[in-house]
Parts: sequence; C-alpha cells; structure tokens
Amino acid sequence: MRMIINVPETVVSDALRGMAAAHPELTVDVENRVIVRRDAPVAGKVALVSGGGSGHEPLHGGFVGPGMLSAACPGEVFTSPVPDQMVRAAAAVDSGAGVLFIVKNYTGDVLNFDMAAELAEDEGIQVAKVLVNDDVAVTDSLYTAGRRGTGATLFVEKIAGAAADEGQPLERVAAIARQVNESSRSFGVALSACTTPAKGSPTFDLPDGELELGVGIHGEPGRERRSMMTSREIADFSVQAILDDMSPRNPVLVLVNGMGATPLLELYGFNAEVQRVLAERGVAVARTLVGNYVTSLDMAGASVTLCQVDEELLRLWDAPVKTAGLRWGV
Amino acid sequence: MFDADFFRRWMTATATSVDREAERLTALDSPIGDADHGSNLRRGFTAVTATLEKEAPDTPGGVLTLAGRQLISTVGGASGPLYGTLLRRTGKALGDASEVSAEQLAEALRAGVEAVMTLGGAAPGDKTMIDALVPAVDALGSGFAAARTAAEEGALATTPLQARKGRASYLGERSIGHQDPGATSAALLIAALAEAAGE
Repeated sequence: MRMIINVPETVVSDALRGMAAAHPELTVDVENRVIVRRDAPVAGKVALVSGGGSGHEPLHGGFVGPGMLSAACPGEVFTSPVPDQMVRAAAAVDSGAGVLFIVKNYTGDVLNFDMAAELAEDEGIQVAKVLVNDDVAVTDSLYTAGRRGTGATLFVEKIAGAAADEGQPLERVAAIARQVNESSRSFGVALSACTTPAKGSPTFDLPDGELELGVGIHGEPGRERRSMMTSREIADFSVQAILDDMSPRNPVLVLVNGMGATPLLELYGFNAEVQRVLAERGVAVARTLVGNYVTSLDMAGASVTLCQVDEELLRLWDAPVKTAGLRWGV
Repeated sequence: MFDADFFRRWMTATATSVDREAERLTALDSPIGDADHGSNLRRGFTAVTATLEKEAPDTPGGVLTLAGRQLISTVGGASGPLYGTLLRRTGKALGDASEVSAEQLAEALRAGVEAVMTLGGAAPGDKTMIDALVPAVDALGSGFAAARTAAEEGALATTPLQARKGRASYLGERSIGHQDPGATSAALLIAALAEAAGE
C-alpha cells in the first residue's frame, strides 16, 4: 500500500503540523494533540469539545471554529484520545459557561471521555456530555457495544455549535445536541476496506464485485456482504434501513457522506438516487450536504444520514459557520 | 513476599512480551477489530517502563498505580482505560506496604479485575480480556504457573465465542472463529507475572 507518509508513528503529528500551517485561525498543540480555535475562550459562551481517533478527517479538527467546535482532540488512527487531551482542551476553552463533550459511541471514546469529565469537574469546569449513536446497522444493541456514532456527529456538532454561539446555556445546548442525535439515523456501505498506516494492508478482504452493507467508520467489516449493487439499489437499501427505524414527520437534513476514496462524481450520482427514494417515500428534504465529512481513511463507499428537524433546528443548521471543513454564511 | 522490584520486573517483562507479540496482537485485531491492538499496547508499556525508571516508586502499590495511570494517559482506545484501571485498582488494593504476600497479590488482582468488569460492563463469555483474567485470578491460589496456563486457555477458548462487547460485537455472528486480541494480551500480562516470579 502506497501512502504519502514518512513513518506510521508520526502520521498524526505530521498532519497536525500541516494543519497548523494551513490554518492560522487555529491553535494547534502538536505535542499534546489539541486543536483549539484561536479566540477561545469566548466570553459568556458554552464551549464544545469533541474528539476521537484520527482517520475520519475533516471530523473533528476540521470542524473547530466559530459556529461549531471550540476544540478537538485527535487520537492515534482509529484510537480514542486520552483523558489528558480532553481535560487540556476543556481548560483551554472554558469561559466559565461550561463545556459540552460530544462523544461518539465507541467503548474507548466513552471510557476516556468519562474519565476526562471527572477530572475536568475536579478542576472546577462544568461538563455535560452527549453521546452520538446513529448507526442503524447495529441492530442487536443489547448484545453489542450499542449503535455507533457516525454521520450524525456532524449534525450534532454544527447545530449545538450554533446554539452555543447564540449564547444559550449549557443545559440547553446539551438538550439540543441530544435532540439532534435522537432525530438522526445513518447507514453506510463499503466498496473496499481501508488501510491503517500501522498495519499497511487492508483491514479486511473484500473481493472484486462485492460490497459490505452496514459498515462503520473504522474499517471493520459490516453485517452483510453482497454482490455489487447499482447506485439505485444501494440508495434503496440504505434509505430503507433508516426508514425501518424512523418515520420522519418533519423535513430532514440529508448527509450523503463519502468514506474517503469515493469521488464526488459518484457521491452526487448517489445523492440523486437517495433523493428519489425519499421523494417516493414521501419524506420532505429541508437541506442536503454532499461530500467527504466523516471518513474512514481510504475506504471507498458512502453513508446516508437523515436528521429530522423542526424550525428551531433548521434555523441553527443555517446559522453561519466558519471552520476548515464546513463554512457558510460568513 | 514480593517487593516493588518484583512488580517492576513484572511490568518490564510485560513490555518485552507485548513488544515481541505486537504484530500478532494487531493481526488478531484485524478481522474483528481495527488492527491496532499491538501498536497501542506497545506504546503504552514502553511509556510504563520509562516512567517507572524515572520515578522509581518504592512500594508494590506505587509501581502498579503509576503504571496504570501511565497506560490511561498514553494508550487511548478502550484498552488504555481498561488495562490502566486493572493495574491502578490492583495497586490501590495493595496499599502502601513495602512487601506483599502471594495471597494479598491474588486478592488485589481480583479487585482489579472486578473494577475492569464494572468499567467495561463485560462478563465472562463476552469474548473480552475478562475471559483470560477471571480464570487466571481463580487459578492464582495454585501458583503463578497455573494462572498463566488458565489465562492462555481462557484466551484460546474465546475463539468460538460471539463478541458482545467492544468493536468486535458489531460483527455479530461473524466474530465467531477468531481469538480475541484483548484476551490474548491479558494472557501475556499474566505470563509476564509468572516470568517475574521465575515460574
């Protein structure tokens, strides 16, 4: 596997150095692995901190900035960051109005953020947590680690970020974040496995002419393998899996998300099919976002996320945002 | 009786064996996880050895508490908090005695394993590190060599199980037929304990 890297051990810190060079509006602490918006702490406003394994860029570091995250903590590739990073981030961004931890539901992320929340509270920082678990491919949640956090993370970070930017208090920002998560569902497919720098070969073997249905974002295989399907068939299957689990009464935000190695040409074509199914099923679409936002290194594939929104959530979604990975209204 | 030096040897032996077996642990983590268990633990135990040398704690409890804190601060993922808690809670249970008996060690290790079960929510049979640790603690009364054998057998016995915790659980029935990487590394930890004791 060919990659533009020096050695696997420095992949994350090399990327952080490059990010610092590209984004003077961010403070990037390469040694301690914390990305903070340069104007933090913002007086009187709740701060949002997220983080997770690296390899999902632009998530989360690319979403740090006005209208979204206050700070992000990148871990090793596909490995949760450690509590020290989260506490450092919380201390850097807390204005006294409190900090919301946005945590994707993976065992490691949950354990490390739980420990960090305790330590931050010991330092006098008020902390609330929201867990993102939108992936409907995990069906048997009683006998698993529970639904994974995937595409909805972007919706939670954007909408809660807008609420914080308006000066809403911590408990309200946390409630909005939970509402967004509860209103969101995702389903993903992979056409190839991904290759972690440390391993150097694909994480699983997917023969030509087959695809994995119901994958996560860590190169783990999905629930089911089938012969290759058309864009139309994948859209039918993915939207069906989501609508089996939610019946939207309100319009939805649609995220058609690339896993990293699928070109935008394919993603837009796939979006056309997703919109067709939604129209056939009578689901109204409020806004659509197409692109690579919650990725899985060099995996080929896509995921669909739907988030049911009322007028308040839609207003917050439309509010200005200025980050490396998402930017409008400014 | 076992002193701080014995516990340092345990940690050093673990670091050596995790380093030696890192590729195998990562290979086990590929089909049912995310292919990083070996590299993550290697990073953690390398840091443990360095910090033990630097701070030189002089009690058994001090050695394990420091080692656990270091794992929590360097490993990340689920293994960091879980192995970190195992050592930290075992260390806390040993208190500040300068020497501990085999019985005290067994009792403390049981407290550590119970803390891991509480934190991670895993029970025996869920295809996790618990499947090696619980049999090891149960066998410790018969000596370190017996504990090592029990841990290794426990790790092997995870192969036919379906994972119910951690990332392998997302695979459902497809996790069956693979040995659990966490149970495998837990067996290395117990084997290193036997090695430190010269058994």
